[in-house]
Amino acid sequence: MARLRRNRSGAGEPAPVRRGPAPIIELDDVTKVYPGGHLALERVSLAVGRGDFLFLVGPTGCGKSTLIKLLIRELDPTEGEVRIAGRSIGTLSEKKIPLLRRNIGTVFQDFKLLPNRTVYDNVAYALQVIGASRAQIREKVPQTLRLVGLSTKVHSYPDQLSGGEQQRVSVARAFVNHPPLLLADEPSGNIDPVTSIGIMQLLYRINRTGTTVLVVTHDREMVDKMRRRVVELYEGRIVRDEAGGGYEESTNEFGMRMRAEMGVGPEGATNGEVDELI
Amino acid sequence: MGRIWFFIREAARALRRNAAPSVAAIVTTVVTVVLLGVLIPIFQVAQSKSAEVRNQLELKAFLYDDATQGEINALQTKIEALPHVKSVHFVSKRAALQILSGRLKDPNVLKELNSNPLPASFNIKPDDAAQLEAIRNELTPPDASGTPRPISPIIETVKDSREEAQKIEQVTSSLKIVLTILTALLVAASLMLVGNTIRLSIYARRREVEVMRLVGATRWFIRWPFMIEGMVVGFVGGVAAILILWLGKVTIVDPLSDSPLFSALNTMSFPLLVGILFCSAIVVSAIGSGITLRRFLRV
Repeated sequence: MARLRRNRSGAGEPAPVRRGPAPIIELDDVTKVYPGGHLALERVSLAVGRGDFLFLVGPTGCGKSTLIKLLIRELDPTEGEVRIAGRSIGTLSEKKIPLLRRNIGTVFQDFKLLPNRTVYDNVAYALQVIGASRAQIREKVPQTLRLVGLSTKVHSYPDQLSGGEQQRVSVARAFVNHPPLLLADEPSGNIDPVTSIGIMQLLYRINRTGTTVLVVTHDREMVDKMRRRVVELYEGRIVRDEAGGGYEESTNEFGMRMRAEMGVGPEGATNGEVDELI
Repeated sequence: MGRIWFFIREAARALRRNAAPSVAAIVTTVVTVVLLGVLIPIFQVAQSKSAEVRNQLELKAFLYDDATQGEINALQTKIEALPHVKSVHFVSKRAALQILSGRLKDPNVLKELNSNPLPASFNIKPDDAAQLEAIRNELTPPDASGTPRPISPIIETVKDSREEAQKIEQVTSSLKIVLTILTALLVAASLMLVGNTIRLSIYARRREVEVMRLVGATRWFIRWPFMIEGMVVGFVGGVAAILILWLGKVTIVDPLSDSPLFSALNTMSFPLLVGILFCSAIVVSAIGSGITLRRFLRV
């Protein structure tokens, strides 16, 4: 899986090397039937190119979360094939699954933070898992926490944080080892609109470093404003796949536009730090 | 190397953060180890007592007074050649009298006797208590009419301590069965108890394990801290239990062992017992943690 790792020096450039069309995510006629007969996904085919920013939308129960689970092999498809970076993950042995997951940062709707660890340790855990040295951890964790705007909460425990802050920790953990692909399952599901713009801005920023970002959401308004590619699922089938008329804008411009369009004041408390860093 | 320290730090963190379940696991280990530490020696005493009884079983062939030394020697070789005979010991009339006088409170009673009424005898030990009957048959095979006839004319009669022996045998063997069942039940119960305690403490953290899996931790990466935690629990519990056992030994067993009743008891040495209990406490806790975890690792 090593070749899946993105060359960090090339941040901002399109994902490098190994010429070939292999998109980072490919679903080939994927069907998922849960035990008990519930059909969650039906013959879904989808390709996401490197460096893309993609929204996956649809009502509750349409199969969005199932799709995410298939990508990190929390579930196996009933039929069809899932390929990450051109490699079929269905054939990965049990032992290789952790390696796959290390190359995919995942942000969960319910954050999935380790409750008895500080913010710092939660983020550090993702690095400890891949065997990073202490020096690397000491360098990268504060750097990433600065990126998500949590420098002042380093020693807090998850239950001392607001929902938005916890979600930022979750993003920081997903991004700290700079995976080539970042999945976010309803990142704004549990937080208020203002904060969710902050999270979106953060994801946008991460995308601009060359990371492919896939966001699952049911927040249509947000999606429309973002002007990125949108894939809509309905009852397990893709019913819409629209390339967004997205244009290049800096993260700062992006944030300001989003706030203006969502009718939220140019508040900066949650994002001030992020903006400075761009 | 850095990994090992990381795992140890993780285990220490878990123990600190889950103080209540950790203490519960330690206490369970203490109780179990103490119980085993008491039961194993008791079990051994019962074993050795019953072995002692078996060793005491023997046949006595009493001889006529007019047997000559030549006849006696001939008979001894003959008996020694019989199957299942472990040893043959000749007790002369004189020796028999001496043994008797040793048993009497007032040896002067025997001085009243003008002659020695006791017969000489062969004390025959079987190699296995169950073979007593067989040897007896060899010594006095039944003749055509069915009445037993001694193999040698100098044998007056053959007696054994079978009846008493059988009673003792019965008691010790049922005691042994009871103790075996008790020990087995206790060992099983304690294993389950320790396992259950560990399971509870891991169950409380199953979400944590799930998150670790989703972040890309390998199984062993997750498992090691839990195993180390189990080892620490086993270690602390083992040390505490052994302290309690040692106190019991010093205050109760040691003073008693001076009395003749207990002096004969041979059990395994205390250090060996302690060593075995200690190692099993650690191994059981560690493996228990590892196995329990398996269920939650299937993400």
